[in-house]
Amino acid sequence: MDHAVELTDLSFRYPDGQWALQGITLSIPIGQTVALIGPNGAGKSTLLLHLNGILESRNGAVKILGVPVEKKNLKWVRSKVGLVFQNPDDQLFSPTVFDDVAFGPINMGCSTEETEARVKRALGAVGMNGYEKRSPHHLSIGEKKRIAIATVLAMDPEILVVDEPTSNLDPRAKWAFIELIRSLPMTRIITSHDLEVIGTLCERCIILDQGRIAADGPTARILADRALLREHGLAI
Amino acid sequence: MPHDFLDRYVTLDSLIHRLDPRTKLITTFAFLLAVSLTPFEHALAFALYGGLILAVIFLSRLPLLFVIKRSLVIVPFVLLIAVFNLFFKGDEVMGGFDLGGWHISIFREGFEIFLSIMVKAFLSILGLIVLSATTPLPDLLIGLERLGLPRVMVMILSFMYRYLFVLVEEVGRLRQARDSRNFGGGRRHQLRSIGNMIGTLFIRSYERAERVYAAMLARGFEGRVKASSRLRLRPADVHFGAIFSSAVIAIALYPY
Repeated sequence: MDHAVELTDLSFRYPDGQWALQGITLSIPIGQTVALIGPNGAGKSTLLLHLNGILESRNGAVKILGVPVEKKNLKWVRSKVGLVFQNPDDQLFSPTVFDDVAFGPINMGCSTEETEARVKRALGAVGMNGYEKRSPHHLSIGEKKRIAIATVLAMDPEILVVDEPTSNLDPRAKWAFIELIRSLPMTRIITSHDLEVIGTLCERCIILDQGRIAADGPTARILADRALLREHGLAI
Repeated sequence: MPHDFLDRYVTLDSLIHRLDPRTKLITTFAFLLAVSLTPFEHALAFALYGGLILAVIFLSRLPLLFVIKRSLVIVPFVLLIAVFNLFFKGDEVMGGFDLGGWHISIFREGFEIFLSIMVKAFLSILGLIVLSATTPLPDLLIGLERLGLPRVMVMILSFMYRYLFVLVEEVGRLRQARDSRNFGGGRRHQLRSIGNMIGTLFIRSYERAERVYAAMLARGFEGRVKASSRLRLRPADVHFGAIFSSAVIAIALYPY
């Protein structure tokens, strides 16, 4: 069990009959940083939602750290896979930053002291100490994104999944945020349209198009293949 | 900044701001109860209630003008409820006027009820303004929860507070997009575009709710709400609570 994520023949169909994922098979070793890229509507976000069982596939299997994602394992899986959503206004739903970061630990059943310690550690890791009492609507989008990361770090995940980490950020906030993600030691799965970001952050790159894996390999090789990128709407 | 309207003075520092939200909730409730239940004949009692709440406003360092301005918000609602009493309640006519061939009488008893409703509503809203303007809403929610309000209702209120601002910004963007493209058009057309905006807003909120729920599930939410809250009653709470409550009780029970 040295794989963080194993997907076997994973397919998913939306209620309206459209296929979002078709026959995805892939495995990600522990400690790897993987980029998931592809045009709009390729199925990236749908794939991420399978990693912690928010969407359940009827076809195919998902294993996290060797454990199949099933109803009885969901609690464990969700503590191991930290999923950060694209829009921090969806991720941060509590009246204060503290309540939001504490939400995960409290659901895990941590004691009050343990919860407070975790909140402190998570906010420290994203450089946001002292923001505990602030309300999310008082924060800038860059700050919200950092807090969103802290909300999953507080659960001590072994796999960090970040959907579109740099969308809506200005260049300075963007690079600061990339440094932050780079500083986190776990297995990382990142979706993005920003090839520059992926080039600096990820060692492996997977192209998803129309619900299928179109390419999978070292980032340097994939990003150098202009024809491939163009074919999948990632370059012009 | 839309949140300025709600959160403007909650970060001031004063005796009242520092009180535990539970103390403030209970004393405010006691005040509202006393004001509503005191018979209106006891005019002096209402002067004393007014004096009491003015003292608290003074202690809280809230600008008086701000409090007065905000209290005017309720006037139209209360006026609507109270004004009909003038013409329908009682036997003794105290005055009247002619309106296009109709003679309209004002009754004394109705006038007293009208005055009573206005004064009681005004005093009550002053109490509530002090409460809401000196307590950050998150603290107020914790206070409500610790006083026994079911967690589910506290959560609904907290979502409302959190997403109110997101919605206001969303409306602002929709309106800007509409105004940038709207070159006049008839009234009918405008009404239709407002209808569309409301529909869009509803659908967006609905979809957002699904994403928020997914984000909650992703962090181990299992349908049960758990809380970790940190509140502490201090000597100041006991003192304020005791003094304020005994003042309210004394005013309410004094044999006028």
